[in-house]
Amino acid sequence: MAGVTRHQLSNGLTVLLKEQHSAPVISWWVLYRIGSRNERTGQTGVSHWVEHMMFKGTEQFPAGELDKAISREGGTWNAQTSMDYTAYYETMPADRIDLGLRLEADRMVNTRFLPDEVDSERTVIISEREGSENSPVFWLGEEVRSSAFRVHGYHHEIIGDMSDLHTMTREDLYGHYRKHYMPNNAITVAVGDFDTDSMLKRIENLYGAIPAGEQPKLFARPEPDQFGERRVQVERPGSTAFLEMAYRAPAATEDDWFKLTMLNSVLTGPSGLGGGSIDNKTSRLYKAMVETELAVDVDGGLLPSIDPYLYDLVATVRDGRTLEEVEAVLNTQIERIVNENITQTELDKARKQARALFAYSTERVTAQAFWLAFAENFDSYTWFENYIPRLEAVTIADVRDAAERYLRPQNRTVGWLIPTGGEDGDYEEVEE
Amino acid sequence: MSVNGSSLPGSHNITRVVLDNGITVLAYENYAAQSVVIAGSIRAGALYEPRATHSGLASITAGSLMRGTQNRDFDAIHSSLEDIGADLDIGAGIHGTSFNGKALAEDLPVLIDLLGDILRYPAFPTAQVERLRGEILTGLQYRQHDTRYRANRAFRENLYPDNHPYHYSTRGTLQSIPEIQVSDLGAFHQQYFGPQGMILVVVGAVSAAEAVNIARVRLGDWQNPEQPPQPPLPPVPNVEEIRRFSISVPGKSQSDIVLGVAGPPRNAEDYRAATLANSILGQFGMMGRIGDEVREKRGLAYYAYSSVEGGHGPGSWSVSAGVNPANVNQAIDSIAGEIRRITSEPVTEEELSDNKSYFTGHLPLQLESNEGIASSLMNIATYNLELDHLLTLRDKINALTREDLLAAAQHYLNPDAFVVSVAGPE
Repeated sequence: MAGVTRHQLSNGLTVLLKEQHSAPVISWWVLYRIGSRNERTGQTGVSHWVEHMMFKGTEQFPAGELDKAISREGGTWNAQTSMDYTAYYETMPADRIDLGLRLEADRMVNTRFLPDEVDSERTVIISEREGSENSPVFWLGEEVRSSAFRVHGYHHEIIGDMSDLHTMTREDLYGHYRKHYMPNNAITVAVGDFDTDSMLKRIENLYGAIPAGEQPKLFARPEPDQFGERRVQVERPGSTAFLEMAYRAPAATEDDWFKLTMLNSVLTGPSGLGGGSIDNKTSRLYKAMVETELAVDVDGGLLPSIDPYLYDLVATVRDGRTLEEVEAVLNTQIERIVNENITQTELDKARKQARALFAYSTERVTAQAFWLAFAENFDSYTWFENYIPRLEAVTIADVRDAAERYLRPQNRTVGWLIPTGGEDGDYEEVEE
Repeated sequence: MSVNGSSLPGSHNITRVVLDNGITVLAYENYAAQSVVIAGSIRAGALYEPRATHSGLASITAGSLMRGTQNRDFDAIHSSLEDIGADLDIGAGIHGTSFNGKALAEDLPVLIDLLGDILRYPAFPTAQVERLRGEILTGLQYRQHDTRYRANRAFRENLYPDNHPYHYSTRGTLQSIPEIQVSDLGAFHQQYFGPQGMILVVVGAVSAAEAVNIARVRLGDWQNPEQPPQPPLPPVPNVEEIRRFSISVPGKSQSDIVLGVAGPPRNAEDYRAATLANSILGQFGMMGRIGDEVREKRGLAYYAYSSVEGGHGPGSWSVSAGVNPANVNQAIDSIAGEIRRITSEPVTEEELSDNKSYFTGHLPLQLESNEGIASSLMNIATYNLELDHLLTLRDKINALTREDLLAAAQHYLNPDAFVVSVAGPE
C-alpha cells in the first residue's frame, strides 16, 4: 500500500497518514498500546471496561453529547478492546472529521470516570458477559484458552472474569486510564480524503500540547513451554456438540505465522484480515468432515498477535454423530498435512485467495486505517504493506515445516463442548 | 472533493436496463476498488410455500441450488468460486430468494456464469439435499437453545396469525424439514424461479455496458411461463392489549426480550416518518431514548434498541433487549414508558434536527464500499424507487415535521397494546 507517511510528534505520539480520495470520507483511529494481555488477576477486563468509560464523556463533551455530535455529523464511531490493544475510531464525511480529531484529543486526558457512571456501567458490562454466556461455545472457548495459557495474560477473556467485574473499583479503572492513555503510548492513523500537510498541522495543533507521560511498564509474563496435550470438557444444556483444537502458534511478526496462515487456507479455507472471508467448501477439512456428514461446519484461523497465541480449529458436530468420530477424522487430516506436502495447486489457490481477500478487506478507509494502526502496534505499519508478499513467499516446504513443528499433539489443547440436553419445550402465555 | 449530490449514485451514473424477459439490471461503475460485487433477488420466497406442511421449502430449495446443477457437481461449483477467491451466497427470505456475490473485477464473467447455471439448471442431487437437510436440522436443534431466536419466534408467532407468512421462520421447523421431499424442491423451483421480477445489481471496477452484456448473455433467454404473480398478504389483526409470552431455556445467564407490533411496509406513506421516529426511540446516538434509559441511566442491558423492518408487507416495529433475568420487568416497563412518551408528545426540535442531519449526513459512509452501493441499488430496484432516490432523499427527510413523527408513532405503536416475549432461564 503506497503512500503512507509516518510522523512522530515531540510528545511521542505516532501519526500515520494515508491519502485516499476515492470517497469523501476520512477514518481517524487512536490506538493505545494496552490490552487484556497486560491485565493482572483481580483486574481482568479492566481494559475493556475503561473503553466503555471513554464513552461517558468529558467536561467539553458530556455523556450522551458525544454520540449525538458524531451522529449529527453523519459519522460513525466505535471502539474495540483486544488482547493487545485498545482502539477508538471515528469515520466521518471528510469535511466533518475535525470533530473526531478534537474529541479523541480531549478524551485522551479528560475522561471523567464519575462514580455513578462506573456503577451503572458495571451492570452493563456484566450484562455483556451474560449475553456471551448464553452461547455454549463461549464457555468452551474460555476453558480452552485458560488451559492453553497458565501464566500469560492471554489466559483470560477480554471481557474479564465475572468475579473481577463485581469487585473492580473506580480507582482501578481510573488508574489504568492514567497509566496507559498518553500520547507516547498511542498510535494515531488517518486514511481518506485529506491533504497530508494540512492534516498533520491540525493533528499537531490538537495533540502536540498534550504532555507525554511516564512510559508505562507493562505487566507481561511469558508462557512457559507446553509438555503434552491438554484436554478440557465443558457440559452445558443444549443438543449440539462442538470440538475445539487449539495449537500454540507463533507471534504475527514471525515467518512461521505466515506459513501457518497458508496452511490454514488449505485446511479450512482462507480468512481475510477482519471480515471479507469467503466460503470454504473445497478446503480439506470441509471435505473430510462436512461432506462425510460428521460435522455441519468447520473453521479455523490465527489471530495476528504480539505474543505467541493459538491456531484454533472449531467444528460443529452433526446431530447424531459423536465428538470421538469428529476428533478422529480431524487427527487424520492433521497427520496428513504433517506427513505429506501440500500440492502446487493448493498453494496457488491459497495465493490467489489471499490476494482477493486482501482486496475485499481493505476497500473501506476504516479497515485500512485500522490495519495500519494494528500493524504498527506489534511491529510496524509495513507489516500490513508486506502482508501479501510475505504470504506469497511461503513455499510447499515451508508449510510442511510449520506443520511438523506446530501441529504436534503435545502442543495443543483439545476442548469438547458436551451438550447435556434439557427441555426445549413450548412456551406459554403469561397473565399480566 | 466535497460531499455533494453529484458524488452520490443517481440517474446520471446508474445504468438501468430491463431485459426482454423482465430481468431488471442495475450497474454502477466504481474503479476505486479492485473488486466487483453482485446482489439480486428472485421472486421465489417462503410466501409461496405450503406453510402448514412445508415450512422451510423455499429455504432448502435455495440452499440446494449450489449443491449441483445439470452442468456442474458440488465440487465444480465451489472450486470455480474458491479457486479465484470469489464468493456467492443464496438464501430464501419471505418475499424472495436473494443472492450476494463478490470477486476480483476480472472474474465477473465467472460469477455471472455460475449464477445463471445455479438459478436455471439446478439438479437437486438426493445425497446433497439429504446432507443439507441434516445441517439445517442440527442448526434448528441448536436454535432451540438460543434465547434470541426463541424470543423472536414467539414474538412473531403471536403477532402474526398462522395464515400469514410472517408467522413462520423461513428456516422451517424440526417437524417440517424432515417431511419435505426432494421432488418438492424441483417442483418449487420449476414453478417459482424465473426472470419475472428478478433483479441483478452489479457494482465495481467493471464497465456498466459489459456488466449488462454479461447478464444478457447468461440470463437473457431464461423463460418461465408458469411464474405466478405475488399472492396478496392476509390481514394482520390489531393487538388490543399487552400479550406476554415466556420461554424457559435452561442454563442461560441472560434473558432476551422482543416487544412490538406490526409496523409500516416500505411503501407506506408514513414509512419515512416512522423510521425517523424509530431512530429517536431506539437508534440515534447509542440506541436512542431506549438506550439512554435502559442502558445508560439504569445500566440494565448491554443492548436495547428498536427497529422498523419495512419490507414489502407490515414487518415488525420492535424493541429488542438482553437483560439480567432479575431485571426483565423493569426493562419492559422502561421500554413501554418510552413508547408512551413517543406516542403522546412530539419529539423535541433538537431531536428532529439531529436525526435529520444523521439520516442525510451518513450517506457518504454508507456508499463508501461496493457492498454499500449495491445495497442502496437493491433498495431502489426492490421498491421501485426512482434512480435519483438518494439525491432527492435529503429534501424528503427535511420536509418531515414533529407532528408527522408523532402521527406515525401513534399509527403503529401503543404503550398498552403490544406482543412481548421473553426467553431466558427459569
